[in-house]
Amino acid sequence: MTTATTYPTGTAFSYSRTTATALRVLRQLRNDPRTIALMIVVPCLMLFLLRYVFDGSPRTFDSIGASLLGIFPLITMFLVTSIATLRERTSGTLERLLAMPLGKADLIAGYALAFGTLAIIQSTLATGLAAWFLGLDVMGSAWLLLLVALLDALLGTALGLFVSAFAASEFQAVQFMPAVIFPQLLLCGLFTPRSSMHPALEAISDVLPMSYAVDAMNEVLRHTDVTPTFVRDVLIVAGCALLVLGLGAATLRRRTA
Amino acid sequence: MMNISRQRPPDPPNPEPAVRAGHLTVVRGTRTVLRDLDFAVPRGRITGLLGPSGCGKSTLIRAVVGTQAKVTGTLEVLGRPAGDASLRSRIGYVTQAPSVYDDLTVRQNLDYFAAILDPGRPAADRRDHAVTRAIADVDLTSHAGALAGTLSGGQRSRVSLAVALLGHPELLVLDEPTVGLDPVLRRDLWALFHTIAADRGATLLVSSHVMDEAERCQSLLLMREGRILADDTPDALRARTSTDTVEDAFLHLVDEAAGNTAGKETVR
Repeated sequence: MTTATTYPTGTAFSYSRTTATALRVLRQLRNDPRTIALMIVVPCLMLFLLRYVFDGSPRTFDSIGASLLGIFPLITMFLVTSIATLRERTSGTLERLLAMPLGKADLIAGYALAFGTLAIIQSTLATGLAAWFLGLDVMGSAWLLLLVALLDALLGTALGLFVSAFAASEFQAVQFMPAVIFPQLLLCGLFTPRSSMHPALEAISDVLPMSYAVDAMNEVLRHTDVTPTFVRDVLIVAGCALLVLGLGAATLRRRTA
Repeated sequence: MMNISRQRPPDPPNPEPAVRAGHLTVVRGTRTVLRDLDFAVPRGRITGLLGPSGCGKSTLIRAVVGTQAKVTGTLEVLGRPAGDASLRSRIGYVTQAPSVYDDLTVRQNLDYFAAILDPGRPAADRRDHAVTRAIADVDLTSHAGALAGTLSGGQRSRVSLAVALLGHPELLVLDEPTVGLDPVLRRDLWALFHTIAADRGATLLVSSHVMDEAERCQSLLLMREGRILADDTPDALRARTSTDTVEDAFLHLVDEAAGNTAGKETVR
């Protein structure tokens, strides 16, 4: 009323605020080069290790390597997002932001955008290393591998965001990793085909999103073109990511006790 | 934006208070932290919210800002119900613990919050100007490039304060902004608060548990155990209780209240 400038109230989605948030998250990471190095180098190192663990059976490397290209971004982004959001909650910056004209969607999209960018870099390097230097034999397009990796990263970001609402400390947040990720890792078909599991476990694996992430990677590995199964897998992973992002948004409360 | 901050003609006194509470009650868990409060915070002045630690100051402040859940009764802020979306750009809020990003520099912190308040590329120059000025206001220009996490506690709380100064809020709500600062800095900050109230016509609600800060305020809310003991100017308060300091006045009021309840009980 007495202000000369009236600002938008910020309940709707704002492109500028979203990019500002993404830029801020990336700046935070840039001031922490060790985290970036770990996020980018560790997956490459693991693939390298895997390649020589399966030195005698390159076909096993193909299948596990392709699956891991989908799993790495999910795990990394899950960890980074859950800790980052938890820090945002505990440091009071979340309370401050929500008292400002920032939409919840801006904040979540900002995080997704920042970590998505990072996931692209991570996946490009890991996929490039696996395909060109470690001899990972992929029949489909490397772009499709990248697409799946990106969706997995989004799913990881979404899960991390959601889970951070239930963690009161960094210790708890880290413990959610084995609780949320490990069961999916065991049941996603990485170690043994899902069809040869106990029927009960197979049924559970049917509703876990990581199963479809790994499935999509294997489709790209074995087929030169885009198969209907691949499309289904990609849609399921994307749908899960959006669903969990929505749940995550619901955990951001402007008013807290 | 900038021209209004400099020496504008004094507004006619606005009869509408900046904050008005009626039967304000806040419950946290099973505990009633604020019980049936009635008070008003006048516009364009510095109101001190004073009381011992744990008396409900932060809860009251969070209710005013609109981040506190389970608030009942009426609470109007700048003519709107507290927590209304339109208030978010009109209130500057400093939490008790400095809420800034430790892994960003002072300037990067302010750049981000400025982009939330005043978004978009066309506003870039205006933002830049506002950020530079906010950093100068809290005397951190020489530390603008330092990571917030490497600063001292007092410096970090000043970064947090600078964020609240962005965007010329009509109401500044500061939760214990001067805790742990050295006396010189404390004096400087109070001078800044007075400048903001006088030149920019802003209303300030400043909480503190240090009673001598009360002398620097133009009006006071004294709190104890979730209730308002007094809502007056420091002078009137001292005169009414015939004491020399606000601290003595506070003690006097506490004793008086205790005497009253004790009296009532003996009557019963």
